[in-house]
Amino acid sequence: MGKHLITPKDVETIAHLARINLTEKEGETLTHDLENILHYVAKLEQLDVSRTDPTTHVAPLKNVFRKDEVRPSLSQSEALKVAVSQQNGSFKVPQVIE
Amino acid sequence: MDLYKLTAHELLDLLKEKKTSADQIAQSYAQRIGKVDPQVKAYVRVRPRDDKAASGPFPLPIAIKDNICIRDNETTCCSKILAGFKPPYNATVIDRLSRAGVPVLGNTNMDEFAFGSSTENSCFGPSRNPWNKECVVGGSSGGSAAAVAADEAVWALGSDTGGSIRQPASFCGVVGVKPTYGRVSRYGLIAFASSLDQIGPITKDVTDAAILLGLIAGYDDRDSTSVDHPVPDYTQALGKDVKGLTVGVPKEFFIDGLDPEVKAAMDEALNVLKKKGAIVKNISLPHSDYAVATYYILATAEASSNLARYDGVRYGLRQIPAKANRTSIIDMFEETRRVGFGAEAKRRIMLGTYCLSAGYYDAYYLRAQKVRTLIKQDFEKAFKECDAVITPTSPTTAFKAGEKTSDPLAMYLSDVYTISMNMAGIPAISIPCGFSKAKLPIGLQIITKAFDEEMMFRIAFNYEQAAGWHKEKAPLT
Repeated sequence: MGKHLITPKDVETIAHLARINLTEKEGETLTHDLENILHYVAKLEQLDVSRTDPTTHVAPLKNVFRKDEVRPSLSQSEALKVAVSQQNGSFKVPQVIE
Repeated sequence: MDLYKLTAHELLDLLKEKKTSADQIAQSYAQRIGKVDPQVKAYVRVRPRDDKAASGPFPLPIAIKDNICIRDNETTCCSKILAGFKPPYNATVIDRLSRAGVPVLGNTNMDEFAFGSSTENSCFGPSRNPWNKECVVGGSSGGSAAAVAADEAVWALGSDTGGSIRQPASFCGVVGVKPTYGRVSRYGLIAFASSLDQIGPITKDVTDAAILLGLIAGYDDRDSTSVDHPVPDYTQALGKDVKGLTVGVPKEFFIDGLDPEVKAAMDEALNVLKKKGAIVKNISLPHSDYAVATYYILATAEASSNLARYDGVRYGLRQIPAKANRTSIIDMFEETRRVGFGAEAKRRIMLGTYCLSAGYYDAYYLRAQKVRTLIKQDFEKAFKECDAVITPTSPTTAFKAGEKTSDPLAMYLSDVYTISMNMAGIPAISIPCGFSKAKLPIGLQIITKAFDEEMMFRIAFNYEQAAGWHKEKAPLT
């Protein structure tokens, strides 16, 4: 393999962006795996796509709107049934602001 | 009579003649699951019987992949991060099945969040292939395919983002359909890659697949990508012959890595279609070689975004770091995701985050979206000269358990024949087309243009009836 496409430092940065704690061992394995995968996907560079439009989705649809009317939806109590922790009709989480 | 061995349409005939009842069918399947599931491990959860559920015209029990929401029934995507999660609503397909009177037997095993091609990435452990317990069931809808192959359900639903219905159907010797994107509502399907995901049937034969797709297809205003296109009676398409139809065989699919036994079965299948009057034509899908690379950028990018919601705030797992005396919300996010996601989920989230991150977006994500256009155009050109494209579903038969778990790229490459169709949004079916010398099933894939599932079923049915492979049963006792 030629130059490295991804470094352990990059992996640390991405893990933070993705909000995943990684152990040192996981970081090493992922650096190796991502390096391999990125080398493989680099084959896309062989194609000239300078005149090709991107495809974001394939459904024959645009501007999916509906009338701005209130329709039946989950009640607060139904939605909170799945809550890990709740208080006063809200999801409760650890402190956000210092 | 062993009712569990029958297809849905055979059971419907018996019900019509009053030779069996919903109750007898339910009993037969409950016994069958009790007997063989300890060996196959197709289910991760079996539901208590609900006789009211089977009161409609289709009292034919179904197995549901563990990523399709069923109200108040634990649904986890076989991930620790959703352990204990009971959705407060039904997926649209579940509502539709319920209206038809189809009772749900339970939830089937899958790769965590549908990330995988062998069902070895499940937090519940792998399923075992009913044809050979040393081999994988394929994935990610491996439990659904195994349940049908082992006669543990009349039929099943899976989801297919890059082959996750078709490849396990091929490995387990059953029928699997990925419908046109937008054909079946994704409402309540826990998202993996939203521009590619589609729910579809896994069944014992083509007729059942046509019936089941008819039950679940149709417009749904709760899914903004659902298409308002009429749903025909797909079973009507089955009676038409294939005389004069042109089927294209893409040369790019007959490459290194294609198992000679799979190739031989394909050639034989093409001969069967020729004898029935179809014209076989060599075609080219020139960008096929770029499909895996394109897919693993797009699918992981979408997945990294979709899976951002699993953060311990609202539902599922919440993990607080053990050491800290004061915990910030960021600590909670990071620890919840560390503990809750398995290795492959982390790998894909990391890859997707990387491809979307500043400085890399254009080089990876945007470029892949452009190559997606080229792949889609390949099929548009192909369908100008043929009615369907035919390929093997997978380059090999079911591989040995553990064979690819340490090499993610090798696992990704096992999807090489199925992922282009998701990127093009077109329908494809996998049907049995023979066995290897080791008696492992081989699958044939028939692909048609968007919303032409009728042509797909028509060719599939003609082949199936002429070849008869669907009658073979896995050697379970």
